[in-house]
Amino acid sequence: MVLLDYGSGNLRSAERALTRAGADVTVTAAPEQALAADGLVVPGVGAFAACMDGLHRVRGPEIIGRRLAGGRPVLGICVGHQVLFERGLEHGTETAGCAEWPGTVEQLSAGVLPHNGWNTVEPAPRSQMFAGVEHERFYFVHSYGVRRWELVTNGRTRPPLVSWATHETDRFVAAVENGPLWATQFHPEKSGDAGAVLLSNWVKQL
Amino acid sequence: MTVAIRVIPCLDVDDGRVVKGVNFAGLRDVGDPVAMARRYDAEGADELTFLDITASRDRRDTVLDVVRRTAEQVFIPLTVGGGVRTATDVDVLLRAGADKVSINTAAVDRPDVVSVIANRFGRQVLVLSLDARRAPGLSSGFEVTTHGGHQGTNRDAVEWARTAVGLGAGEILLNAMDADGTRAGFDTELIRAVRQAVSVPVVASGGAGAVEHFAPAVESGADAVLAASVFHFDTVTIRAVKQALGAAGHPVR
Repeated sequence: MVLLDYGSGNLRSAERALTRAGADVTVTAAPEQALAADGLVVPGVGAFAACMDGLHRVRGPEIIGRRLAGGRPVLGICVGHQVLFERGLEHGTETAGCAEWPGTVEQLSAGVLPHNGWNTVEPAPRSQMFAGVEHERFYFVHSYGVRRWELVTNGRTRPPLVSWATHETDRFVAAVENGPLWATQFHPEKSGDAGAVLLSNWVKQL
Repeated sequence: MTVAIRVIPCLDVDDGRVVKGVNFAGLRDVGDPVAMARRYDAEGADELTFLDITASRDRRDTVLDVVRRTAEQVFIPLTVGGGVRTATDVDVLLRAGADKVSINTAAVDRPDVVSVIANRFGRQVLVLSLDARRAPGLSSGFEVTTHGGHQGTNRDAVEWARTAVGLGAGEILLNAMDADGTRAGFDTELIRAVRQAVSVPVVASGGAGAVEHFAPAVESGADAVLAASVFHFDTVTIRAVKQALGAAGHPVR
């Protein structure tokens, strides 16, 4: 698989954690490799706008879109999860995301931010991602999130599985499983043994 | 349903070895940092902190090697500090495998470096390490110290915490210098004062000596508790701390 190197994220940790989960990992930004890999991991930390800039420089949105059109798996992590939504709002500035799903990434309203530490999730019923780790805690570090899932499905397409987490009064999207596109707001590569199980759940279906 | 209180062992690393002193003096070799990081991970540590105290500048790369080797083997968050002065220093540590970087004296000397780092890497990577001691003459009663607690600054510690968060610090690592090494318990007054002043997570450090010391730090507002020697010398285990916190009604992993 390819771990997309666009200047964001703790690539070393992600690479090692994916290797531990059974993947053969190449860290690169080369579009042909990113398109051809069995799986593509999109990491990301920091600001939404900065990550989108970095992604555009390596044709990330186009690569993600073409992979998904062909049913080829993509996993977004942290800001790599956030940029899959339609837009990010930071300090009153709106940045367009990859728009794989409708919805807005906005600052959480909790009294203590960043939301930093190990939190539980409410896995979606029949989640494959959380199989075997439904009751475990995962490592989060973020101040922004998606508080409303806005995708309307018409009954003919299978609705994505959406898992949630709560920090103080904020309830936000913790993870999405949408056919070949998976994403987590938390960091599975930093979530110890529970994260390893989750990553191997992804690797297994490649 | 709520984020767990983090229990964090701190490893003071000198030239590639973990050492521990009392009030930052009288260093004593306690082990190999990578082996200790693995042990703490296995015991349930929620995060690890490395503080590089290597004095010689030309030996500073030793900590990068420690960070690299740890990040390859331990899959929990890693915070690294000690001698961080510039955004370039932060970049080098993040590339080596650190998740968060703490900054101390350099931020006191040049507060703008806090916003430079936060703007470039995001505030979630930047921990303000604040060494505070009692100073009755200041309005909060606490003063910022630098150089490992050796130098006073006559600057109000609580005011500095507020300022640094305004500039972009995403967490406060709050070191109570009067309590450090005493094993007499955390400085709950200091924790309470800083908790009320800032909206970012506060990591309480300094003074842990027994299992029952940890819950009062959390009840004073700490989001995480950090200790070194009590963990290194097996006075208390990570697991025992978590059991005590859990018994006091605090969420733990």
